[in-house]
Amino acid sequence: MAQIGAETQSIAKESALSMPEPPAELERPALVLNARTPAWLSDKIAGVAEGKAPLWWWIAFCISFLTMSMGFGMIAYLISTGVGVWGVMRPVMWGWAIVNFVWWIGIGHAGTLISAILYLLRQRWRTSINRAAEAMTVFAVMCAGTFPLIHLGRAWFFYWLFPIPNANGIWPQFRSPLMWDVFAVSTYFTVSVLFWYVGLIPDLAVMRDRSTTTLRKFFYGLFALGWTGSNRHWNNYERAYLILAGLSTPLVLSVHSTVSLDFSVSQLPGWHTTIFPPYFVAGAIFSGFGMVLTLLIPLRRFLHLEEVITMRHIDLMCKVILATGSMVAYSYAMEFFIAYYSGNAYERFAFLNRALGPYWWAAWTGYACNVFVPQLFWFKKVRSHLTLVFIISILVNVGMWMERFFIIPVSLHRDFLPSSWGYYIPTWVDVLTYVGTFGLFFTLFLLFIRFLPLIAISEVKGVTAHADPHHALGGAGKGDHS
Amino acid sequence: MSEAKNAYGLMAEFETPAEILRAAAMIRDAGYLHWDVFTPFPVHGMNHAMGLKGSRVGWFSFIGGVLGYWSGMLMIWYMNAHDYAIPVGGKPMFSPFFSFPPSFELTILLGAFGALFGMLYTNQLPRLYHPLLKNPRFKRVTHDGFFIVIEAGDPKYSEAEARRLLESAGSRHIEQVEE
Repeated sequence: MAQIGAETQSIAKESALSMPEPPAELERPALVLNARTPAWLSDKIAGVAEGKAPLWWWIAFCISFLTMSMGFGMIAYLISTGVGVWGVMRPVMWGWAIVNFVWWIGIGHAGTLISAILYLLRQRWRTSINRAAEAMTVFAVMCAGTFPLIHLGRAWFFYWLFPIPNANGIWPQFRSPLMWDVFAVSTYFTVSVLFWYVGLIPDLAVMRDRSTTTLRKFFYGLFALGWTGSNRHWNNYERAYLILAGLSTPLVLSVHSTVSLDFSVSQLPGWHTTIFPPYFVAGAIFSGFGMVLTLLIPLRRFLHLEEVITMRHIDLMCKVILATGSMVAYSYAMEFFIAYYSGNAYERFAFLNRALGPYWWAAWTGYACNVFVPQLFWFKKVRSHLTLVFIISILVNVGMWMERFFIIPVSLHRDFLPSSWGYYIPTWVDVLTYVGTFGLFFTLFLLFIRFLPLIAISEVKGVTAHADPHHALGGAGKGDHS
Repeated sequence: MSEAKNAYGLMAEFETPAEILRAAAMIRDAGYLHWDVFTPFPVHGMNHAMGLKGSRVGWFSFIGGVLGYWSGMLMIWYMNAHDYAIPVGGKPMFSPFFSFPPSFELTILLGAFGALFGMLYTNQLPRLYHPLLKNPRFKRVTHDGFFIVIEAGDPKYSEAEARRLLESAGSRHIEQVEE
C-alpha cells in the first residue's frame, strides 16, 4: 500500500507543470494582512469573546441597556394608554412607526447581501465582515418587527395576522399586501437566523475547544452540535451553505419588494408607483452598507482587527454604497419624471408638494444625503479616509430615514381633497420609542461580540495563503500544482 | 497485540493543507472505506482527493421548497376561497397571482429548513459524544491542526498496515484513539 502511495506521489510530481511566478503588480492584495496564520486568527478573533470585557464595552452596554429599557417603557406606555400617545392623526395614520419599520428592515438587507449574494458571486472578501453583518441583519429585523406589532393599536391581538384558527372563525385575507408582508418579514427573520447559525457551527466548535470553564464548554459544545471538522461533514455543510445562500438571494430581494407593495398597491399619489420594488431594494442595501460601516469602523479600531477587516474591505464597501446610492438617485429622478410625464394632476402635485411643500426639509435632507454625499466615494482619497467614511456612513442612514419619511407621511398629509389635509408632528413618545430601538439593537450587538466570534473564523482561515494547498505557505512545493 | 480491545482508529497529524491533500489521495488509493480527514476549514480539492461523491443535501432542500410552495397555495385556497370566502372588491376568491408572494416565502422558508435538516441528517449531527473529541491532541482541529483518522471498523484495517501507510504519507505524529 505504501508503494501505491509513493506511486501517486511520483506521478503527481511528474505531471506538475512548472509555471513562472506572476508579476507582483498582478498579485491581488491579501485579504488578511501580514500573512497571519490560522492559529493567529483563532486566537485573535475568539479572543474578543474571551477574558474580561474591556471598559468601553461596559460603558457602551450600560448606555444601550438603559436606552433599551426606556424604549420598552415607551411601548408599555403606548399599550397601556393607546395609540393616541403618538402623533398619528387623520390624514396621516402611518407615522414614525412605519417609517422606522421600513428603515430598520432596509438596514438588515446589507447583511443578507454580504452573506448570500456576495457568496454566490465568489467575493472572498465577504468572509471578514459577513458574520457581523448577519448579526446586524437579525437584530435590525427584530427592531423592525417591533413597530408593526405595536402600531396595531390592540397589540395583544397580533396573532390574528397569522393563519391560525381563532375565536372569530375568520381567516386572514391574503389579497392584502399587508398579509404578504407578515410572511415576508417572518420568513426573512427565520431564514436569516438559520443562515447565521449554520455559519456559526464550525466557529462554535472553535469556542468549545478553547473554553476553560465548564459553563462555556457546555453551552458552546451544545450549540456546536458535536462538530469535528470532518471533511465528509464539510462536504454536506458547504452544500447546505450554498443552498442557503441561493435561497436567501431571492428572499432578500423579495422582502423589501413586498414591503414596498404595502405602499404601491394603494392608490395614493406618491405611493402608487411601479418603480417601488427595485427602488426599495437598492435603498435597503445602500442603507445597510452604511450601517455595516458605522459598526465596523469603530470595532476594528477598538478590537485591533485592522489586519482582518482591512482598508480594502472598507474601500469595497464604499464602492457598493456608491453603486447603490446612484441607483437610488436614478429612482428619485425617475419618480419625478414619471410624475411629470403621467400628466396626472394629483401625481404632479404629490411630487411638487414633496419637494416644495411644508416638508421640503425632509426631501432635501434625503436628496443631499442619498444623492450627493455618496458621490464623494468616487475619490479614493475619501474612501481611504476613515473619519470621512464614518461620517458619510451615518449621513447615508440619516438620508434613508428621511426618504422613508418623505415617502410615507409626506404623501399622506396632502391627498386628493384639500379639506382633509393636515400636518403631522410626532410626539415625544414617537421619538423616544425610535431611540429605544437603537438601545435594543446595540444591546444585542454588544452581547453578540462578547459571546460569539464576530468574524467567521473558519471562513477567514480558508481564504488565507496558509489554507491554499497550491501556495508555498499552504505547504506546496515549487511548481506543485497537482 | 498492541491493538487495544476497543480502539476507535488510528489518528495521524499533518502540518499543512498540501500535505494532508497528498496523504488523503494515498489513503483513497489504498482502498480504505471508513476513514476521514479533519481540518479547521474546508480544504480546496479535498472532496476529490478523498473520492467523495456530491452531497445529497440539495434533495432535502428541494423537497422542502416544493412542500412549502404547495402548502402555501393550498392554505390560501382553503382559507380564502373554500372555508370562509370573503368577497373583496369583486376580485376572484382564489388566484395564483395574489397567492404567489406568501407561497414563495414559504418555499424559501421550508427550503431553508430542508437545507439545515438535510445537512444535519446527512452528517448525523448533533452527535455530542465522539471518541475523537475526547482526545486532547485533536482539539487542534478547530485551531490549526490537520488530521486523518482511519477507523478500526474498516474491513481492511490492521494497525501495523495503517500506521505504515500514514507514516509514508508524511505524518509526524500517529496515535491510536480509544473508543
